Order: sequence, then C-alpha cells, then structure tokens
Amino acid sequence: MAHDNSYTGQKFEVVGNRFLRPDGIDKVTGKARYGADANAPGQLVGLVLRSPHAHAKIKKIDTSKAEKLPGVKAVITSDDLPDLTGGNAGNAHILENCMARGRALYDGHAVAAVAAVDRQTARQALKLIKVSYQKLPHVTDVDEAMAPDAPVIHDWCFTAGLEEKPTKPSNIANRTQMGHGDVDAGFAAADVIIEKSYKTEQTHQGYIEPHACLASVNPDGTSELWVTTQGPFSYRSVCAALLGLDIAKLKVTSSEIGGGFGGKTHVWTEPLALALSRKANRPVKLVMTRDEVFRATGPTASTSVDVKIGATRKGKITAATLELRYQGGAFPGPWAMLACMTGFACYNIENQRSVGWDVIVNRPKVAAYRAPSAPMAAYAVESTMDLVADAIGMDAVDFRLKNVAKEGTQAPYGPIYGPIGIEAALKAVKKHPHMKSRLKKGQGRGVACGFWFNIGGQTCVDLNIGTDGTVNLAVGTVDVGGARSSLAMIAAEELGVGYDDVKVHVADTSSLGHNDTTEGSRGTFSSGMAAIFAARDAIEVLKGRAAKMLDVPVEDIVWEHGEARATGKGHGNLPKLSLKEIAAKSPNTGGPIAGHNEVVADGAGMGFAAHICDLEVDQETGHTEILRYTVVQDAGKAINPDYVEGQFQGAAAQGIGWALNEEYIYGKDGRLQNPGFLDYRIPVCSDLPFIDTKILEIPNPTHPYGIRGVGETSIVPPLGAIGNAIANATGVRMNHVPMSPVRVLDALDQAAQYEEQVSAG
Amino acid sequence: MHSTRQRNTKNRSVQVSLNGALRSGAGGAASIDIEAATIAELLTKLAERYPDMSTHLEKGIAVAINGTVYRDDWTQKIPQGAEVFLMPRIEGG
Amino acid sequence: MSDAVLVSTKVNGDVVEFACPTDEVLMDSLRDRAGMNGVKEGCGTGDCGACSVTLDGQLVCSCLVLGVEANGREIGTVEGLTEDGKLHPLQEKFIEHAALQCGICTPGFLVAAKALLDNNANPTETEIRYALAGNLCRCTGYDKIVRAVQATAKDLRKSKKR
Repeated sequence: MAHDNSYTGQKFEVVGNRFLRPDGIDKVTGKARYGADANAPGQLVGLVLRSPHAHAKIKKIDTSKAEKLPGVKAVITSDDLPDLTGGNAGNAHILENCMARGRALYDGHAVAAVAAVDRQTARQALKLIKVSYQKLPHVTDVDEAMAPDAPVIHDWCFTAGLEEKPTKPSNIANRTQMGHGDVDAGFAAADVIIEKSYKTEQTHQGYIEPHACLASVNPDGTSELWVTTQGPFSYRSVCAALLGLDIAKLKVTSSEIGGGFGGKTHVWTEPLALALSRKANRPVKLVMTRDEVFRATGPTASTSVDVKIGATRKGKITAATLELRYQGGAFPGPWAMLACMTGFACYNIENQRSVGWDVIVNRPKVAAYRAPSAPMAAYAVESTMDLVADAIGMDAVDFRLKNVAKEGTQAPYGPIYGPIGIEAALKAVKKHPHMKSRLKKGQGRGVACGFWFNIGGQTCVDLNIGTDGTVNLAVGTVDVGGARSSLAMIAAEELGVGYDDVKVHVADTSSLGHNDTTEGSRGTFSSGMAAIFAARDAIEVLKGRAAKMLDVPVEDIVWEHGEARATGKGHGNLPKLSLKEIAAKSPNTGGPIAGHNEVVADGAGMGFAAHICDLEVDQETGHTEILRYTVVQDAGKAINPDYVEGQFQGAAAQGIGWALNEEYIYGKDGRLQNPGFLDYRIPVCSDLPFIDTKILEIPNPTHPYGIRGVGETSIVPPLGAIGNAIANATGVRMNHVPMSPVRVLDALDQAAQYEEQVSAG
Repeated sequence: MHSTRQRNTKNRSVQVSLNGALRSGAGGAASIDIEAATIAELLTKLAERYPDMSTHLEKGIAVAINGTVYRDDWTQKIPQGAEVFLMPRIEGG
Repeated sequence: MSDAVLVSTKVNGDVVEFACPTDEVLMDSLRDRAGMNGVKEGCGTGDCGACSVTLDGQLVCSCLVLGVEANGREIGTVEGLTEDGKLHPLQEKFIEHAALQCGICTPGFLVAAKALLDNNANPTETEIRYALAGNLCRCTGYDKIVRAVQATAKDLRKSKKR
C-alpha cells in the first residue's frame, strides 16, 4: 500500500473538537430507521417457533395444519435449509444454531418458522405446528459439563489442544495454553502466594433494539436484506453461503443499529427470514421479541476461574497462573482462548501460565460481548491482586504500579508491547481527586485495571466531492456510537474543509467493497485510516485539476489548508484555489473528483484502562449502591471527545450491571427463568451516579493520527473494581458475580457466622 | 518456492514463537526456525512442514511482528531478526 | 381481522382513524397504522420505555395499552415534540450533550423527560434519575442524558423568567 500509516504527530484543527453528531436530528425526532422500521410492498410477518426444552431429539415436525391456515404463505423447518456449508465447521454451526437439525440444543433453539399476512395469523400458525420431542439429558453449568459423568452434548466433540488426542468425546471443545517463563521456579521464589477460585454468571449484551430484518428473495436469486447489524458484509457472506446465493446478488443494507455490543456480529434469524421469503416469494419482516433475544441470541460465557499469584514481600510478582473454564453455549467457541490472552495483560509477569478450557453446554451459542472474555478473567485477577497487596501490606495501586506492563513487556500471548497506556492510567488514578475524597463508615473504594486488544481489519471507503465543494464519504463500518461524526471530522481535517461540509453515510454491500464487521473497537480506527488515505488520494486529484486551471505543471502545486497553491518561479501572482473553486470547475477539468481507499488496517493499538469505584453496601439488604465512579482510559487520540467519553461511560455502566445484577438464571429443567428486562435487570438511571472520565492520549504508532480503539476496554475493570470496593467496605471478598443483594447478604452472613465461631471457639 | 530464497543473498531464517493450540500443531514446539521474507511465505512453509497445523491456519491466525499484530495483511514483510509470534486470530464485540 | 374495532383518536393533534384488532397493542397501532415509527419496541412488556407516549397527557408504555383504548383520546409521541418545524429544547440539548449513541431509546427518553419537565420545572438530579428510571439505555450510562435534561430545565426556567 502506497500510504504510510505510521503516526505523524500532526497538529489538528478539526480533530479533537466536540462537534454535534450528524445523525442527531433524525434520532431525536423519531425519523431514524432501525431494523424494524422498514416495510416493503406485499410484506409478510415472520415468526419463529422455539424449543421449550434444554436438550431434546426432534422426532417429528407436523406443519400441515399451519400450512392450511388461510393467510399463511410459508412454513419452514431445517428441511428448507439444506446443508450447503461443504465442510466449513463454523458455518455449519451457524446453520444449526439458526434452526435445529434433528435436535434442540437449548431452551429457545429455533425449530420452525412461519410467514403469514399479519401478526395474528402468524401467531395462530405457530400454535398449529406440532413438534414431537424426546427429551435428552442436559447440562447448563460449565463445571458440571466438564465432569466425567456429564451428558455429552455432541458425539463429534473431541477435545482439541491436548498432547494426546482423546479417545472419547466430551463437552470440552478445546484446551489452550499461553504464557512464558518458569512458573514453578517463580512460585518457589515468592514470599506470599494467594490462590482463589471465582465464578461469573452469563450476561447478555442487552441492546435495546431486538434483532429485526426485512428479507426479500426473488426466484432468480436476487435478494435484499435490510437488517440491524454490526457487519452487513459478514451477514451477506454468511447468508449467501447458508442459502446458496451469489454474494453479488444479495444486497445487505444495515439499518440504524439500536445497540449491538458484539451481539449483532453474528446472524440469528436472518437466514430464516430469507428462506421464508424464498419459499413465499414475498418480502418477509422478522422482528424478534425480547424473550427470543434473551433465549436465543448472543449471551456471553459464564465462567469458573482459578487464579494463583505469588509475590515477594517487596511487592514483585514472581509467578502467576490462571485456569479458565468458559462455556460457549451449544457450540465450540474461542472464549477461553481469548481469556488466556487477556487475563494478565496489564502486568509484567516473567513467569506466567494461562490454561483455558472451552466448554459446550445446553445454552444459546455465545457471541462476542464488548471485549469478549476479558472481564471475567480480569475480575479473578484484579480481585486476587488486591488480596496479594493486602497480604504483603502494600497499597493496592502501588502494588499494581510496581508490576505494571510497559513498552517492552511481553504480553501473555507472546509479543512485546509497543507504547501502551496502563502505567499512565494507574498514575492518573493515583493523582485523581477521587482517590483523595473521604469515605464514610460502611463505604469502600476499589481500583481495577483492564485490557483489550482492539482490532483493525479489511476496510474500504469512497470519498466524492460535489461541484459545490461538499463531500460525501461512504464507509462500510456501521455507526454504533457516533462514528459518522468522527469520520467526518477526519475527512474535514485532511481536506481542509469545514466539518459541516462532509456528509458520512454507511453504504450498503452493493455500493462498496468488503468491510469487516464493526467489532473489536475498529470502526473509527480503521475507517478513519481509510478516510485519511482516501482524502489524500482526492487531494492528488485536486492538485492535478488546479494545475490545469492555473496552467502550470502539477509538480508545482502544493496543498495547504484546503487550498492549492502554485510554488516556484513565475507563479507568485497566481491565485490560490480553494477546494470549492476547484470542485466547481470539475465538470470541465476532467469530471468528478473522488478519492478511494482499500486497506487492511492492521496494527490496532492496545487499549488499557483503570477504574476507581466508591460504593456503600446495605448490611440489611445486601444492596450495593455505587456512589462515585471514575474511568481513566488511553484513547490514543480522541477524535470527538464527547463520544469517546460516551464509550467509556457506557462500557463502565455495562460492567457495573454485570458486577451487581445481571445474570442468566437457569432452572433445573434447563430452561431460562428470566428472559425479560424485568427479571434480567440492567442498570437504570437511578442505579448510577455520574460517571467521571479522564481521556489519556498515548498515540498508537501504527495510525497516522495515533488512534486506538476505545469502545470495549472499559467494560473490563468494573467487576474487579466493584469486588475490591465491596471487600474494602465490608471486609468480605465476593467470589461470585453478579454480586447481587442475595449473594452479598449470604457472604455477610457467612462471615458473621465465622466470626462467631472464632470468638466462641 | 526455492527461487525466492535464492533472490535473497542473506539467510532469511526467522525464529517464530508459537502460542496456544498452534503449539500442538507443531508437535509441541514452543518456537521454530523458518526461512521467510513475508507473512505469506511463512504461512505456506508452516503448512508444508506441519500438516497438523493447517486446521488452525484455516480457522484464522494472527502474526505479531515486533509487537504489531497483523490479522489480514499477508504481504507484510518480516524484517531480519524480528520478533515473530503466531497466535490465534481474535475477534471483538 | 374479524374482531377489529374502528378507533378514532388524535395523534399529536391530528385525527387518526383505523380498524384495530382487539388484541393489538397501541405501540403496534401507532407504528403500523398511524405511521409513528418513532415509537420503538424494546421489550413489549413495559420494562424498557422505548415505546413511551402520552395518553391524555399521562406517560404510558404503549406496549401495555391496547390500540382500542386510544379511542376518543389524545396521544403524544416523539414526532409531536417538534413545533412549527423547530426542535423542542430537549431535542436540542440531547444532541448538544451527546446524550444519545445508538438512539433507539431516545424517543422514549424525550417523551418521558418532557412529561417530567411539564410537571416539575426544577427537578433535582435524583428526581430526574427516578423519573427516567422506566427508560432503559444501554449505550450511555445515563450520564449525558441526565446532564441534557438538567441543561434543558435550566434554559426553560430562564426563558420563562424573561
């Protein structure tokens, strides 16, 4: 690639300001169109029938009565989705997750779907489908699923990553090991060793907009899919593969997206909507209910983790190990592997080992959730870090700083870090006024750190300049949190035009080349990089046109502050030409002016954060109230600080919900007991204080503006920060997340009983 | 394949460290020496030498060169003496 | 559709009439029959507030009200906040304070916040937080939403004094 993506340290005029988001008016007036807001002539209503059993053989599905109901236009089962995946295991699992194939693998697994003229008819049709199930033994707990006597969910699952290939199938899909150094020697050198186990329950991304799409398939294979998604291009390739469509004939348009957080990176009902439309030859709108969203889409893993950390009395960590058991739902996933890579990422630990076990259970297929897998490992590590600091009598922040990862530290997954921001974040925490504020009796303060890789990936943008000098920037990453504002600022910065002169829009899959999914905090990082290069491309064109207008050689033209200027002998009297002037003449100087860029935006900068939390525990009810919360995170470069703060605050709020309340509760029957926002309680406005933020800017050397991703990292520290604060408030160490009132009360009672025994004994 | 090696007069052998499940694909080795000037060349040779690794390579991997993680750009050059890590490909939320 | 009832209602001041199945909730009637797509469905069970509207001035979750109950009554949705082509101060402050990210909850928050300010011109932070506790936002952590409402209340008080 001709463009150099290394950091230039340039001075900014537009970047770094708090401009208003361009999609604001549509969103405050109700005009913005989300997944469920599109309609097509002749559209049908699609609904999905789901398994009420955790694990069952599907003996027979009788759809005849439903098909005969007037107004029903299509009924589908897995028979309508033949396996075209051709040995691609990933796609085969997605296909089976979209609709059960002979076996229901979890409560909520789709078994059939209908399309009818209206909602009432579709609902009636679902009731007329008769499914004969034969219940099979199930397991939903990660530790139980690993036990030798656990019911084995898939007879094809043989643990990968073991030195000797197993002879029998099990629920353990994969073993991963990461680390370096000599762990045994390290522990031998330790003065203090703390070993502890933790559990975290399953949580959901909890985006407020349920999955929704409008699908239309013609008999000739040309198809359209309007859908709420983080990855229209990935939805296109997966849907095309599952349905046997040509990629170019399937146009996917991403609607405004009502939250995703990783949950909208994978297809769920979209292939079903396409299959229904193909069968009925009518457009089908399929909107999930909240119950379906909880039972059948995207949760994160529930986990069970053992940590062991050894340190000298002087506070140097000599060795550390992690054993991580993560369930990925009914299919194998990379979740424990990711945890192995992130658990100790904030620290410089010479001797470390992380072993991960990816486990299959009868729960929905786990999807990425904001810094996937990192929060649970960090909860275990950060809790134990406080215990070690306590045992050696050192301040918890000082202990972290003493062992903090820096440029040159080896990451748990191998490579040596470049410039990173965790030391700066911890130092900023130490200096923050929050740390000096007084706490009352019964209140506690906790600090914790977090890491996320951030990713780049395939990216492509088009930049077109109109004859009035205003600019269209078409991007293929979805705007999940204000990226259109940041990208407009970046294009304006490069071109030397005003923010309001650039209009960014998210293109459909037929209008732009492939873009990877908007995940891994990559939106502004990668589309920003592509926008810079596309603008520089356009500037070369603008210079050429200016040369023609001034009748000088193009080599004599320089571009400064949005203007072309001729340099050199004899050009002193020539006028400067603004972008607007050049654009106005473009029809007669060679036609439209555009810039393009296709790039693999590799080299994402790692994200690090440190959080401070004050809270109070009600000893009567076990309820925890967050009193004050501060996020410190390295952004590399904050393009629009408003939306960087927004990412920090939103991620922290999700982490707080995870730490205190949110959990999937399964009954003994393997069915989800709380698939609704009443019983799965995400934080509401009255649960939270203002969330203070501090943006650090340690440039990422592999981005021209120094940008790192900012979206995910701050969901990582809250679990540990809150656990530590509860311990400091009550003297009780919580080892099970969420630290809900009932668990906190139990822990307080147990501690009180223990005290009584000790004093009585 | 061998002609590319001849173009380079210097020995382009790099030490590649393996992590996670990739290790078992290479018979348990923590690091291997391989001659490669680019990521693409490295991956081709790995697949030739360790057929067991091909499933991992197909599933998706990333290559870290001197601390920078490359997930997709296989044209990336590997400088002499570079620190090279092969690791599983990550995704995000 | 044999059990449909004719409903005559006012939405944002305009008369709207439609045939409404008796089991249809007001949220669906507003979206599918009155063209008010700013009414959002987040849960269908009254827990998220994305479908908040006013019914005769009272804040309700339109997913918990039947469409037929709207007969003869007045409904206010987010589409009615804009007056004479001008944004309501709350709408302006939400944009100014970056109080929205994905925006799916925004219409519900605006309707709920307006209902609060109509009744209480000078709410405390706690009053704002409790008044908006029926509206879920998963993106912002509520920080900038509360600040936007505070700023609106302050501006509205100033403009009234003048």
